[in-house]
Amino acid sequence: MDLWNWLEYGAWGLSALLGLHMLVDWLRTDSTYSEDVLTSSREGEIEALAEQHKAKEAQHG
Amino acid sequence: MADVDITSQTMDGMGPHGTKVGLLRVLGPAHVWALGVGIVLVGEYMGWNFAVGKGGAYAALIACWFAGILYSCVAMIDSEVTSTVASAGGQYTQAKHIIGPLMAFNVGLYLVFAYTMLEAANAITAGYLFSVVAQMTGHAGELDQRPFIILVIMFLAWLNYRGVLATLTFNLVITAVAFLAIIVLFLSTSGILGGGIMDHAALFEGHELPYGWIGVLAAMHFGLWYYLGIEGTTQAAEEVRSPARALPFGTLAGIMTLLIAATLTWYVCSGVLPWEFLGDGVNGSVAPLFDTARLSGSNALVWLLGFGTLFATLASANGCINDASRAWFAMGRDKYLPGWFGAVHPRYRTPYRAIVFLVPIALIFALGAPLDQVITFSILSGLLGYTFMPLNIILFRRKWPLETIKRGYEHPFHPIPAITLLTLCGVTFFAVFLGYGTQLVAMIGFYIVVSLWFHFWRYRFVNRGAQFTMPWPKPRGY
Repeated sequence: MDLWNWLEYGAWGLSALLGLHMLVDWLRTDSTYSEDVLTSSREGEIEALAEQHKAKEAQHG
Repeated sequence: MADVDITSQTMDGMGPHGTKVGLLRVLGPAHVWALGVGIVLVGEYMGWNFAVGKGGAYAALIACWFAGILYSCVAMIDSEVTSTVASAGGQYTQAKHIIGPLMAFNVGLYLVFAYTMLEAANAITAGYLFSVVAQMTGHAGELDQRPFIILVIMFLAWLNYRGVLATLTFNLVITAVAFLAIIVLFLSTSGILGGGIMDHAALFEGHELPYGWIGVLAAMHFGLWYYLGIEGTTQAAEEVRSPARALPFGTLAGIMTLLIAATLTWYVCSGVLPWEFLGDGVNGSVAPLFDTARLSGSNALVWLLGFGTLFATLASANGCINDASRAWFAMGRDKYLPGWFGAVHPRYRTPYRAIVFLVPIALIFALGAPLDQVITFSILSGLLGYTFMPLNIILFRRKWPLETIKRGYEHPFHPIPAITLLTLCGVTFFAVFLGYGTQLVAMIGFYIVVSLWFHFWRYRFVNRGAQFTMPWPKPRGY
C-alpha cells in the first residue's frame, strides 16, 4: 500500500461524508420547515427580501 | 417610457410578491466574471486542440477567432437581455418572458443538459489528472480514478449546497490562478522573460492548411471549446447585488478575458508542439498547455500549469453545478417541472433540492459514459441554446423597443450581432453534422419528444399567471 492507495480510500470516505452531510441536512430542513415556506420563492422577490432584512436589522439595532 | 427603471438602486427589475425564503443577493461583478470564465477556461487547457487535428494550426486559429465573434455576439445579446430579466434561470427565464412556454421549456433543458454533461466531463478529466500525477510520483499500477471523480462532484455539490458566496469566491480564486498561469507561460516561452522556445515558422512549414478549407470548417466544431459556457453568467442574475450593472460588466469582461486567453493559448502551444501531436487530444497532447510547460524544461512552470489544469477543471465543474441547479430550480418554481424543485434552503439560501437531485445524474454520466459522447451532447445542447439567442433578441427589441424598458446595457449595431450569430450557428451545425451527424439527429429527436410531452401533458401544471413577474409594460402589438 503506497500513499495513493490511502488517498483512494480517503476519497471514498470523504465523498461518503459529504454526501451524508447533504442528505441529513436536507431531511432535517424538510422536516423543520413547511413546504409553503421552502417553496415560497418567486421571481423578482429578492429586492423586497433584502429590504425586509434591513428593516429588521434597523429595528433590532 | 414605462415608470420602471430597472437600473435604479432600489428596483433592479425586482418587485415584492410575498417570498418568505429566497435566493441571497450577495454577488458582485467579479463573481459573475469567475462564473463565466471559470466554466470556460478548462477549454483552453484541453479540448480546443482537436481543432488542430481537424484542419491544422491555422485552421484552429481561424476557428478560434470565428468562434470568438460568435461568443462576443452571445455575450452582448445576453448582457442586454439579462440586465432586464434579472432572475434565476438565465436564458430559460428570458425565453419564458419573450418567446413562450414551449421555447422556455426547451431552453431550460438545453441549459441543464449542457451544464450537467460538462460537469461530468470535468469530473472525468479531474480523475484522469489525478492518475497522471500518481504515475509521475511513482505509483505502481493503475490508479482507480472513480473515487476521485466522485469526490470532485460531491465536494463541489456540497460547496454549492452551503452557499453561493463561498462557491463563487472559490471559483474566483482558482480561475484567476489558472488564467495567470497562461500569461506566465506565454511570457516565459515567448522570449519576453528569458529565452524563448517557440518556432512557429519551422513547425508550420508545409502544414499551413493540411486539409484545405474544409478542414477549417471542420475545426469550427472544436473552436467552440475556447468559449463554451460564457453564457452561464446569466444564471447568477437573482443572486447579484446589482443585476443591471454587474451582469453586463462581468459577462463582457469575461469574453474579453477569454479572447486573450484563447489567442495566447493557440500561440504558445502551436509554437512549441508539432501539429500532428497537438491535434491528437487522445493519444497525443491531452493537455497542451501542460505539455508546453513540460517542454520548457522549467519545473516551476510544470507545477504552475499542472495546478492551472486542475484548477480550471474544478472551476468549470463548480460553475456548471451552480448553473444547472439554478435552471432546474427556476423551472421547478414555475411548475415547468414538479414545484418541489423550486425550494430554497432557509439557512444557506441555495436551491438545495435542485443541487442534490442533479448529483446522481452527473455521477451516472461521469462513471458510465465515454468522454467524447458526454462532451458532444454538451456542445450540441449549448449550440441549440445559441441558436435561440438571436431569435430572442430580435423579438425582445421588437416587442419592447429601447424607449419602453430601460436596459442596464444596450448592445450596439442591432441586428448585425443577431444575424452574425445565427449565421455562425448554421456553419457550426454543419461542422458538427460532418463529425457527429448521428448524435445531432438523435438529440434533436430527443428534444422533439420531450416538447410533445410538455405540450400535451406537462403544460397543464404550469403556473401560468404567476410566472410573469417582471415589471414590464405590455409588449408592442399586444
